Amino acid sequence: MSLLIGVPREVFPGERRVATVPEVVEKLIGQGFRVAVQSGAGDASAISDEAYRGGGAEVLADADQVWSSADIIFKVRAPAAEELPLIRPGCTLVSFIWPAQNPDLLQQLAAKNVSVLAMDCVPRISRAQKLDALSSMSNIAGYRAVIEAAHEFGRFFTGSITAAGKVPPAKVFVIGAGVAGLAAIGTAAGLGAIVRANDTRPEVADQVKSMGGEFVPVDYEEEGSGVGGYAKVMSESFQKAQREVFAKQARDVDIIITTALIPGKPAPKLITEEMVKSMKQGSVIVDMAAEQGGNCELTEPGRVVEKHGVRIIGYADLPSRLPKQASTLYATNLFRLMEDMIKTKSIEGDRVNIDMEDEVLRGTTVLKEGNITWPPPAPKLSAVSVVPATASRPAAALPKAQGHGERAGPMAGTATAIIFGIGALLFWIVGRYAPAAFLGHFTVFVLACFVGYMVVWNVKPALHTPLMSVTNAVSSIIAIGALVQIAPPLSTGVERPDEWIRWLALGGIVLATINMFGGFAVTQRMLAMFRK
Amino acid sequence: MTSSLSAVAYLGAAILFILCLGGLSTQETARRGNLYGMIGMAIAVLATVFGTQVTGAGLPWIIGAMLVGASIGLYAARVVQMTQMPELVALMHSMVGLAAVLVGYANFIDPAVSVGLSPAEKAIHEMEMYVGVLIGAVTFSGSVIAFGKLSGRIGGKPMLLPARHWINLGALLVVIYCGYAFMHVSNAAEAMTPMVVMTVIALLFGIHMVMAIGGADMPVVVSMLNSYSGWAAAATGFMLSNDLLIVTGALVGSSGAILSYIMCTAMNRHFLSVIAGGFGSEGGSPVAAGAVQPAGEVSPIQPAETADLLREAKNVIIVPGYGMAVAQAQHTVHEITQLLREKGVNVRFGIHPVAGRMPGHMNVLLAEAKVPYDIVFEMEELNGDFSATDVAMVIGANDIVNPGAQDDPGSPIAGMPVLEVWKAKTSIVMKRSMASGYAGVDNPLFYKDNNRMLFGDAKKMLDEVLAALKSR
Repeated sequence: MSLLIGVPREVFPGERRVATVPEVVEKLIGQGFRVAVQSGAGDASAISDEAYRGGGAEVLADADQVWSSADIIFKVRAPAAEELPLIRPGCTLVSFIWPAQNPDLLQQLAAKNVSVLAMDCVPRISRAQKLDALSSMSNIAGYRAVIEAAHEFGRFFTGSITAAGKVPPAKVFVIGAGVAGLAAIGTAAGLGAIVRANDTRPEVADQVKSMGGEFVPVDYEEEGSGVGGYAKVMSESFQKAQREVFAKQARDVDIIITTALIPGKPAPKLITEEMVKSMKQGSVIVDMAAEQGGNCELTEPGRVVEKHGVRIIGYADLPSRLPKQASTLYATNLFRLMEDMIKTKSIEGDRVNIDMEDEVLRGTTVLKEGNITWPPPAPKLSAVSVVPATASRPAAALPKAQGHGERAGPMAGTATAIIFGIGALLFWIVGRYAPAAFLGHFTVFVLACFVGYMVVWNVKPALHTPLMSVTNAVSSIIAIGALVQIAPPLSTGVERPDEWIRWLALGGIVLATINMFGGFAVTQRMLAMFRK
Repeated sequence: MTSSLSAVAYLGAAILFILCLGGLSTQETARRGNLYGMIGMAIAVLATVFGTQVTGAGLPWIIGAMLVGASIGLYAARVVQMTQMPELVALMHSMVGLAAVLVGYANFIDPAVSVGLSPAEKAIHEMEMYVGVLIGAVTFSGSVIAFGKLSGRIGGKPMLLPARHWINLGALLVVIYCGYAFMHVSNAAEAMTPMVVMTVIALLFGIHMVMAIGGADMPVVVSMLNSYSGWAAAATGFMLSNDLLIVTGALVGSSGAILSYIMCTAMNRHFLSVIAGGFGSEGGSPVAAGAVQPAGEVSPIQPAETADLLREAKNVIIVPGYGMAVAQAQHTVHEITQLLREKGVNVRFGIHPVAGRMPGHMNVLLAEAKVPYDIVFEMEELNGDFSATDVAMVIGANDIVNPGAQDDPGSPIAGMPVLEVWKAKTSIVMKRSMASGYAGVDNPLFYKDNNRMLFGDAKKMLDEVLAALKSR
């Protein structure tokens, strides 16, 4: 008996998405699941019951049947009040939950003794990108935001010269270059608008450029990257500088799209009433943070309002306004999650036992068999935020960028003890038998080995070839050995085969000097080539 | 110059050598580091020549010899191609080795040095001399063979004699016996025989050791010989009771040892197994591939299509290997890079630690072609970025981009860190044919869906890519 995935129809008013689509149903069945879909679940996304049957799903008449028979429930929105009683204890629920905003819901779900995977809690690490539903929804929202703006805006986006006169291109200013912001930038630029964008995280400037936008920096030094690639709250003086930039842009642009969100906090108020007043008549603001209170002071969530001649769009359901696309991407995200769960043996046969050692599943799971596991332990820093920082700073400031990455960790105790034992024995032998003169040299030798060891570890891999040629040049110090043999001051009475020694020493000098001059010269030549 | 003064000069020189190596830690300070090295060397040589141990009679000889050496050295440094750096370095190592042997012999036949030594000191001195010549001889012959292999005068394939480990062991025993005999004979004439026997054996051992090592392990060998040349200098320093030689030799020796270690780690191989020679010598034939034989279609691509892919890409990572060096393609690579960067494409280079034939070889080639070093990254810095890369272009590299090292525990290179080019949207591998790399392992990368093969000489193909890029 394999696990049954149940997909009820979304009950939230205006919600048009559905948690799976026929193509994904096929894939799920391919992974060994059975799928049951509530009749009419896909209607709003233009997916008929027939289509689901075609994908291999069973279509059940009402929600009750779906909830009561399924082992795993796929949903888009968090369960509504009327759905809670339907939940079968012991099942697994996968949907958006927003545990920070809905603590009560979490408690109620806990009472049902269910496991809950919250798609809004997927850790932002590269491995989890394929199941990051927030990103895929934001991407759609960003696209739709531009379309909505274009709909309300009374002019072309692209500039052109027509027989009837010249049309200037629209100017769009995007605040926040996250996934949604970048999608908006790309869409607006695709429509031909001049796009500018701002973000508190300076490292996204390149991404803005890559989407066809122009990055407008705030002239103030502060690092805006929080944990996991999200933005964080900025200092007061930074915010002041930022408001000046926004005010200036507000006077100039036709469309402002705001996407500024800080996890777990109300959306920052970035667009003041003053700024709205300063905008041109007929301008449009799309406030994508409307659900979290809005980035604009005048936003009314869920509605389009006209204030001071500016239309302010506060829709909170942008992804749902592109239902088929959103459903398909969300369904794929869920499918990837299931794949991960099979891979980590969180799903085996007809048993669900979430692997809490896996970083992705650990972060996503907010309830495990009735126990609240949210919030997860602090995530590891994502590669996204670390890599650009490494690349942009001078290498000297970062030990990681230099030398050879991590050195080997501390050795195991026994190995260390053995090495020390052997060392001690060798030292004892040397100390026991060697004459005093030798000991002096020996000391120097051992210390020099250690100095060499310390110094060379810091050499960048890129400079290994110059390092070899310079050490090679330096090792021609052996010339000194030859020099002192050519004509040493002799104590009287010593016979010495002068000719032989001289020729041997001369040979040594010639060889060492070739090396000395050649080595330094070639190193110089190589180093001169390295340039920024 | 008094002996105290020259001792202080030596100390100064030693410090300058340490600063020299320290300076090489970043590109910004590297040139200064080299300068320190030169100054240190000049001080050391002058302090010796004008010190107490050289009388005026030797000066003309010294000046003559140094002029000859300097002109040869400077000439060689000027004409050498950057692709020939590994050969040059190997050749230079051999000179240090030979110089150590010559100095050792000169010391050996010089009765003046052992006048007034106590028996214990004399024994130590003889041992130092013996060891100095031994290391010098191994360095010399080993480097000559390495030079031959690197310059293509000797085939790159490992030469595996039957029972070679026993031969090496036997050689070691003979050397120890000769050492015993050397120290227990009464006069110099009798000591000559064991000394010469040892030298011959050491030379043969050096040849045998390097002959048994495959081409892909050359970075380890070159850095190991670098290390040996340092130890040879240190041993000579012991012999002559000269602290500067000891310090410098130890610096160079430990530097080379660290480099060898890094190279071994980069190939996930044990130092001893590299030195013992022969890939796959632990069992099975050298071509024993892993459990999983890659299967599937290889999709070839034309230069024009490559140019299209590159033009449309936002992020490009180029992974150069020895093939780029052989084809001398680095300048074309630079031109392509420049062109793409002007178009706003983010081009970066990913360098595997053992790409090429010596540590850092690729970096030097790219630097020669004027590729800015801040777009050249190490493997660890880039490996996370491949998934966000549109095109990963592999130029004449094979084993360092083999996914088998990660996926296939049975692969001979399993566990070796590799550049994960297959994670890029498209990877393009530039290669002359489907032949396997030095490890003799088939590369599953070639059969991946998102991989394209651009067959042909790297230089010629890249020239065509460049032309196609320029045409539009």
